[in-house]
Parts: sequence; C-alpha cells; structure tokens
Amino acid sequence: MNRTLIPLSLLLLAGLAGAQKTTLTIESWRNDDLKVWRDSIIPAFEKQNPDIRVVFSPSAPAEYNAVLDAKLKAGTAGDLITCRPFDKSLELFAAKRLTSLNGLPGLNNFDAVAKAAWSTDDGKTTFCIPMASVIHGFIYNKTAFKELGLSVPTTEAQFLSAMTKIKASGKYEPLVMGTKDQWESATMGYQNIGPTLWNGETGRKGLLSGAAQYNKGGFLQAFQALERWKPFLPRGYQALAYPDAQNMFAQGRGAVYPAGSWDIGTFRQMNPKLEIGAFAPYSVAGKKCVIDDHPDIGLGINAASKNQAAARTFLTWVASDSFATLYANALPGFFPLANVKYTVQDPVAQEFLKWRSQCGKSFRSSYQILSRNANPNNENDLWNVSSQLLNGTMTPQAAGDMVQKNLASWYAPQKGK
Amino acid sequence: MTYLTRRARRPFPWHIVVFLAPAVLIYTVVMIYPILASLWLSLQTRAADGPEHFAGLANYRRLLGSELYAQPLWNAVRNNVVFFAIHMLAQNPVGLLLAVLLSFRLRGSAVYRTLLFTPTVLSVVIIGFVWKLILNPAWGVQRGLLEPLGLQALDQPWLGLPGTALPTLGLISVWQNIGIPMLLFLAALVRIPDELYEAARLDGAGGWTIFRRIQLPLILPTVGIVSVLTFVGNFNAFDLIYSVQGALAGPNFASDILGTLFYRTFFGYQLQPGDEYMGAAVAGVMLTIILAGLLLYLVTVQRRLTEVEL
Repeated sequence: MNRTLIPLSLLLLAGLAGAQKTTLTIESWRNDDLKVWRDSIIPAFEKQNPDIRVVFSPSAPAEYNAVLDAKLKAGTAGDLITCRPFDKSLELFAAKRLTSLNGLPGLNNFDAVAKAAWSTDDGKTTFCIPMASVIHGFIYNKTAFKELGLSVPTTEAQFLSAMTKIKASGKYEPLVMGTKDQWESATMGYQNIGPTLWNGETGRKGLLSGAAQYNKGGFLQAFQALERWKPFLPRGYQALAYPDAQNMFAQGRGAVYPAGSWDIGTFRQMNPKLEIGAFAPYSVAGKKCVIDDHPDIGLGINAASKNQAAARTFLTWVASDSFATLYANALPGFFPLANVKYTVQDPVAQEFLKWRSQCGKSFRSSYQILSRNANPNNENDLWNVSSQLLNGTMTPQAAGDMVQKNLASWYAPQKGK
Repeated sequence: MTYLTRRARRPFPWHIVVFLAPAVLIYTVVMIYPILASLWLSLQTRAADGPEHFAGLANYRRLLGSELYAQPLWNAVRNNVVFFAIHMLAQNPVGLLLAVLLSFRLRGSAVYRTLLFTPTVLSVVIIGFVWKLILNPAWGVQRGLLEPLGLQALDQPWLGLPGTALPTLGLISVWQNIGIPMLLFLAALVRIPDELYEAARLDGAGGWTIFRRIQLPLILPTVGIVSVLTFVGNFNAFDLIYSVQGALAGPNFASDILGTLFYRTFFGYQLQPGDEYMGAAVAGVMLTIILAGLLLYLVTVQRRLTEVEL
C-alpha cells in the first residue's frame, strides 16, 4: 500500500464504523434555532438514544416551502419534516409525503385543539407532532417606559396616548416595525390587535362559514385600528425589513415592539442587557382581549425516509415532558402544546403564557382553509393590504374590500358577499 | 460516372460532425431539452387530486385572460420594460462614455478600468446586501453622506416607496453591470487604427467629431450586441430583485418583474402553494417576449449593420 492509499482506506473504515448509527436529518425553516438544536436539544436526545444521530438542517423561512417541495420531489429531503400548520402540511400528507402518526404513543399528550393544525379535516388522522405555538402581543423597553413615566397600556386609548408621549419625547422610536418585508404588517399588526375586535374564534369561524366578511364589522375595525399606528412608526419604515426592526429595538432605540413571542429569544440573544417586558393586545371599545395563540411548528416523518423506526422514536421523545421543558426554556417564546409538566423560566415568556388564562384564544384568520387556494391567497393578500395601509397607499375600507373580493372570488361560502 | 467521381473526391465531412457533437449534445441536454420540457409542461394541467393531462392553451388563456393572472403579468411586463429602459438610458451610454475616456489612454486608466469593472465580478447577493445597508433608513450611510451636503431631502426610503423602488433597483443593477458594456466598447475602440485618428486631426477634427464620425460608426455592431445582451439579461432578471426585495417584490409589487412573478407562481411563496403548470406558462411568455425582441432586432437592425473592414 502506498502513502496515499493508507489514509484513504482509513477514511473508508471510519465510514463503515459510522454506518452502524442511524442518522436522522431534520428539515426546518427555523435557521435562527440552529445553535439551540445543535447544542442542547439534539445532545439530550442522543444521550438517551446512543445509536441514533440527529442532524438539524434548516433553510431560510421564506423559502422553506419551496425548498422542501423541491427536495421531496427529488427524493433528497430529510427524514423528519418540520410542519407548517394547516394547509401546507395537509397538502403534503394528501400527496403521501408524510407518514400517518396514528398509534404513536406520544400523541396522547395532546388535545384535539393542539392537533387540529396537523390533522385531516375530519380530525381522524394526525401526521405531525405539535411542537410549539407562538403568541402575539407587544414587547416594550422597560428602561424607556420608566424614563418617560409610562405605565403598561391595556386599552387602545392608553396605548395611543403612550405612543404620543414617546414620540413627543423624541428619544425613542414609539413603535418599532417596518413594512418592507410586508408580513409583519399583517402578522404583528393586523393579526395581533385584530382578534379582540372580531371576537376571536367567533369572527374567524364566521369567515369560514360566510357569516363574517373582511370589509365590515370587526375585520374592518381591525384595519382601521391598524391605520392608527401609522404616525408612530420609525422614520423610513417603508424600507425597514424585519431584521432591521429587530436590531433597532434590541439596540434600545425603540419603546414598543409589536411582537410574536418568538422574538423574546431573539432579543435575549441580540442584547442580553436590554430590559424587556410584555403586554397583551390592548382592548378596544371595552372588548375583552383575545390573543393569537398560533399553532406554529409541528414535526412529521418523510414518507420516503428509510429510517421510519428511528424517526418514530425521535417523535415519541418530542412528545415527552423532557423535550417540552428543554424546548420551552431553550427557545423562550415557543410554547409547547403538550399537556405535560414544564416550567418556563424566562419572565417575559411567563408573561405571554399568562395571557392564555386571561384572554380569549384564537389563531391567525387566514391560516385554516382560507389560504388553500394558490391564487389569490388570503394570507398573501393580508400582507399586501396591511402594508399598503401603513404605507398610506390604501384606506382601511379599500384594504377590506380587496381582501374580501379576492376571497369571494373562489371561496364558496363567501361568494357574492 | 462524373457524378460518382465527384462524390468520391468529396467524402462526407465527418470531422465537422465529430467536432460539433460534444457542444451540440451538451447544449441539447442542458438548454434545449429543458426549454422544450418547460413549454410542454405549460400545456398540461391537473385538477385537484387528478392526474396530469393535456390542456392545450388553457393555461395561457388563464394567464392572459383572467384578471387574477393578467393584472400581475402586465404589471411585471411593464416593470420589465422600465427596468430595460433604465439600462438602455443609463448603463450603455455611460458605459460608452467611460470606454471612450479610457481609450484616450489617460494616466492611471488601468486603475479606473479595474475599479469600474469590480462590481461586475461580485455576487449579486453581496451587491444586494451592500446596497440594502447603504440605503437603510435606520443605520445606512445614506443619511450620514447626505446630511453634511445639505441634501436631507434626498434621504428617503428609496427601496420602500412604490414610485422609487424599481428605478433604485435599476440603478443598482446599472452600477453593478456597467463594466461589461464598458469593456466590450473598449475592445472595439482599441481595434480602430491610429491612422484614422491622425488623419482626422490633420483635417482639424475635434474630440466630438472624432467620436461622431469615426468611433461611433465603427463600433456600431458592438452597440447592437450590447443592446441585445442587455435586453436578454433584463427580461431574464431575477436575482437582484429577489435578494433585495424578496419574492413579493414590494411595495405592492412595484418592483415585480417577470422573473419574480415566475418564481412566485412556480414555487409558491409562504402560504401560497406553487403551481408548476401556470409557472411554466409564465416562463413561456418570458421566452416569447425574448424571442420576439431578438427577431425584431435581427430583422430591423442587424441586417442594416455592416462590419467595416479595417
């Protein structure tokens, strides 16, 4: 054997030795979480299951669906698929890309509501383990509030007067959000303060049955309430992207940040010294608050995976309380949906969690069924009109009319309304 | 008999086939087949849960006939025309000007040439990222550069306003790509023999006359080629818009061009599922526009251009 062949054969041998371990690859859109999975979640699992190796392989959030579709079609997707809620995953299951999880012991830890986002319409088959939900609300800069002598607002009037005061002080940007990426306007704006106005599930189910419309009642009022944010957005907000807003708030340059609970972890990482607190979506006209407790992440098995048994082992672990505790604390702001015992240490995350008992609960209006049509797509329409509303290129009525017209163009219960 | 002898003297030119084969094969596999397959795909459709079946021109009828598809399509075509116009009005004339200046063999022209060409070799992702940072209203250097000059009025969210997003992207693209027409023009200018300049100067011609009467006519074929390259490049453009504005090409599709429309239709975006058949139809429309433009150029311009022998 000459000198080049020896290292080569050693490499081959190493490869053979490694082959005895099963390797599971996880597809995900949470590229922010790479470190957490690599450093805490996966090692905890591998310790209990030494013969399974897990690789977390995320792609960029906005491209995830397209990337995943392409990989599934080409047969190169990983063994475990992180599931978007509702239609996207249902579509994958219908196309036989995901394995049915019925009979998986861990599924007993979830109630029907938690499983709804990842089950067939009749609720009989579940194809992803519910992993986490996210809650919408506001994160605020405690230092700024103390400095300006402000208290946490609970009504819209208090919120707007606090905004006016912050703006007048000139030191902080009152409401840190940009409209360039468009989705924040709908997700952190419209869907954040909206559920209170359209009475949560009553309004959302009204859209599904045809009893409620986007261009009247609570849904229109939500557009009107969103428009009142306009004077308080930062300079040049039309060109501020999501990471820009995150950075601006993390640097302490802003007072209030319309948030998804997932932002807690981001701010903790970006600037551990920033003192943050949280308050729930304010009430408007005396209505009881309703929060968006949005099922966000599930985990399913690629039907084409060769490692079905190992994948089921992993999912059973994901349904356990040890995973829930690990996950809720490693990623404050992602709240486990399992009915298992876990405690959250982060005080801001605890605050978000508290609203589950104080306010009504619903989730984003466009996610179930209403975005099932490729074009026009209800979710994308809401992004567009909410941004145009904040950019001042559309009135609330025009925003509601456009979304309603597009929805009515294909969704039978809304036809002619 | 004579016929046979002639055939014997001129055997079939196998060497041409042999030499062309690799290129033809590779080109067919990686270019022609995918184009044809994509066109074929645009003629198919599939009902929910049904099998794929032939649909004729139904996808194109939907694309051009229903408001839902036609409105974004024409918006994208219009934006594409604007994008192309910006390149034709800014990139190519300025590229030509720079090439003429460099052809005078100024001191340090090699340095200028390198500097002007550098953006061209950088990745579009880097270009997009850098310009996003420069123009960022929160901490971009734009503000710091403009304020000392008393130009606060120019400190606008250029990428976020419906009226300015597309021109801004067009100018970024011009900045990046200006090196290519510049080098092509320069290569053509360098080929012009010095005797022509000397003769012109003896006749009392100034710089402008030399450019009008000698340089421009002699590089006209290159101007044509650069225009065609710009046209094809612009109507295929996607990467810069996608890296700066995302697939939604905001605000409100103000910077949406055919490339981003194709991406959203074919691959889907966020909750919007992709539709490969309609996506292929959009690609078909792009191909048609590019082919039509090329044919127009070949018929009306190319035939009138004559290469001058020097």
